[in-house]
Amino acid sequence: MVDNKQQWKAWLYLSPAIVLLLVFTLWPIINTVRMAFLENYKSLEAAGGATFEFGIGNFLKVIQYKRFLTCLKNTVLLCVLTVPLSTILALLIAVALNSIKPLQRFLQTIFFLPYVTNSIAIGMVFAAMFNIVGAFYGTEQEIIVTAGIINNVIQFFGGEPINWINYGSTYAANITVMTIYIVWNALPFKILVLLGGLQSINKQYYDAAKVDGTSRKRIFTRITVPLLSPMIAYVVITGFIGGFKEYTSIVGIFGEKMGPADDAYRLNTMVGFIYDALSQNNQGRASAAALILFGIILVVTMINGWVSKKRVHF
Amino acid sequence: MSNTTTTMSEKNIQQVSAKQKVVKAIVLIGLYAFLGIMALIVLFPFYWMIISSLKTLDEYRMSVPTFWPQKIMFSNYAEAFTAASLGRLFVNTLYVGVVSTLLSLVITVLSAFAFARLEFKGRDTMFGLLLATMMIPGELFTITNYETVTKLGWMNTFTVLIVPFLVSVFYIYLLKQNFMQIPNELYLAAKVDGTSDIKYLWKVMIPLALPTLISITILKMMGAWNSYIWPRLVANDEAHRMITNGLRNAFTATSGDVNYPVQMAAVAIVSAPLFLVFIFLRKYIMAGVSRSGIKG
Repeated sequence: MVDNKQQWKAWLYLSPAIVLLLVFTLWPIINTVRMAFLENYKSLEAAGGATFEFGIGNFLKVIQYKRFLTCLKNTVLLCVLTVPLSTILALLIAVALNSIKPLQRFLQTIFFLPYVTNSIAIGMVFAAMFNIVGAFYGTEQEIIVTAGIINNVIQFFGGEPINWINYGSTYAANITVMTIYIVWNALPFKILVLLGGLQSINKQYYDAAKVDGTSRKRIFTRITVPLLSPMIAYVVITGFIGGFKEYTSIVGIFGEKMGPADDAYRLNTMVGFIYDALSQNNQGRASAAALILFGIILVVTMINGWVSKKRVHF
Repeated sequence: MSNTTTTMSEKNIQQVSAKQKVVKAIVLIGLYAFLGIMALIVLFPFYWMIISSLKTLDEYRMSVPTFWPQKIMFSNYAEAFTAASLGRLFVNTLYVGVVSTLLSLVITVLSAFAFARLEFKGRDTMFGLLLATMMIPGELFTITNYETVTKLGWMNTFTVLIVPFLVSVFYIYLLKQNFMQIPNELYLAAKVDGTSDIKYLWKVMIPLALPTLISITILKMMGAWNSYIWPRLVANDEAHRMITNGLRNAFTATSGDVNYPVQMAAVAIVSAPLFLVFIFLRKYIMAGVSRSGIKG
C-alpha cells in the first residue's frame, strides 16, 4: 500500500520537471535529429505544408561549406592552444599555492576572480587593452584615435606596436589575443579543481619522500602529478568540451562580426556557424552542424577517457 | 673519542640544516614571486577597467598612459548609465533572474526529493537518462526550442527567457546527493508522527541542504546575468533586453569617436554586482563551481 502511495507521490513531485524536460530537452533531441536528416529542411516552409525528403544532404552541404571549415579550424586551433596552456599554468599556480601558508587564501581568491565575470564585458576590456595607439582605420573611410596599454608597453620596451585586433590586423595576431583571453578566463576553474585535488593528497607520501631525500622535481613528477592525474584529466576534458563551444569570448572582443572590421567572420566558431544557420532560418543545416559538434565532443571525450585509462592512476 | 664524533655529526647536521633553510627560503621567495606576478597579470584587466573608466577621453588617449587618473571623472558612470540605458536592463535581468531562480528551486527540490527519498518504478533508469542528457551541447536544444517558443507565441516575452531553462539536471543531481546524506530514519520517524512531506521538506531537508541551495541560487543568478546567446535570439526588444545584450549592443560602434572611458564605466557597472556577490558568498560559489565545470 505504502509502495503505491509513494509511486503516486513521486510522479506528482516529478511532474513539473518531467513536463519541462519533455518539451525542452527530449523533444529537441528527437526533432533536431529529424531535421538534420530531412533535405534542406526549413521550418517556415514546413509550417507552410512543404515536405522534405529523407537524406544526408544537410551533413554533406555543411562539411563542404568553406565557412564551416573556417569555423572548424578556428575552434580546433583555439582548443589545441588554450587547453594545454591553461592546464599547465593552472597546475603550476595550484602547486605553488599549495606549498605556501601565509596569503594562501587571499591569493586563491584573486586567482578565482576572473570566473565571476561576464565574458562579454571583460572581453570589451581586453579589446580596449589591445587597441592600436594613435590613429587607425575603423573602416576604410573612418579614422579612430585611441590608445592600447599593451602596445604602450611594447613601445616602452622598444618594440614595434602590433595591430592586434583592428582594421588590417593579421589572423595570427587575432588568435594570440583570443588565446590570452581564453586562458585568462579558463584559469580560475582549473586552479580551483587542481588545488582541491592537491589538498586531498595524503601527506604521508610527501613525508616518505622527505625521509628518502627525494628532490623537489622528482616529488612533482613522481608523486604530485600521478596522484593528481584524475583531476588533471577532469579539467582537460571539461576544457575541451568548453573549448569546442567557444563563442561568447570572441563576441566580447570582436563584436558580433566575429573578426576585424576588414574581415568579418574570420574568427567564427562551430557554435557561431550553428547560430548563423539558425538566424537564416535554415534549421536543417543548423541541426546537422549541431550533431557534428556533438559527435566531435563525444569523440574527444572518448579519446580522453581512453588515454586516461592508460595514464591516470586512481 | 665518542664525544668528538657526536659533536662532529651535530655540526654536520647543523650545517646541512642551515643549507636546507637557505634553499627553502630561496624556493619560498621564488614561489611568492611567481604567484605575485601571476596575480598581477590576473588582476590587471580589472585595474585597467576601473582607472580607464575614471579618466577623461583626452587623458585616455594620451600616448604615454597614466596609471592613475589625473582628474577623476565620476560623471563617466552617470553617462554610461544613461547611454546604455542600464537601469532598464538591470530591472529586466533582475526580474528574470529572481523569478527563474525561485521556480527552479521549487522544481529542483521536489525532483531531488523524489529521487532521493521515494521508491518508484524506473527511478534509477530515469535518473541515468537524465544524467546522460548533460553530455549533449546546449546548441542542439536551442534549434528546436527556438521553433517551439515561436509556435507558442512566446517571442519577446519574459516567459521565453525563464521557462525553457527551469530544469537543470545538474542542480537536481547536486541536491539529490545532498539529500541522500540525510538519514532516512528521520523521514520514517516523521511519517510515523504524521508529518506531511512538504512540512518535512521545509523543516528538515531544506535547512540541512541550505548550502547547496545557496550555491544553486548564486549559479542561477549568475547565469541570468551572463546569458547572451538565447536572449539575443528570442527577446532582443527594448522591453525585455537582458544586461549583457544591452551592453554589447550599446557599444558595437567601432567607428567614429568611441568614448572608451564611458564604455569601461558601463563594463564596470555590469561587473560590479557579480563581484559583490562573490565577496560575500565566495564559499558557496566555489563549492558549486568545483563540481560543475560549467560557467554560469
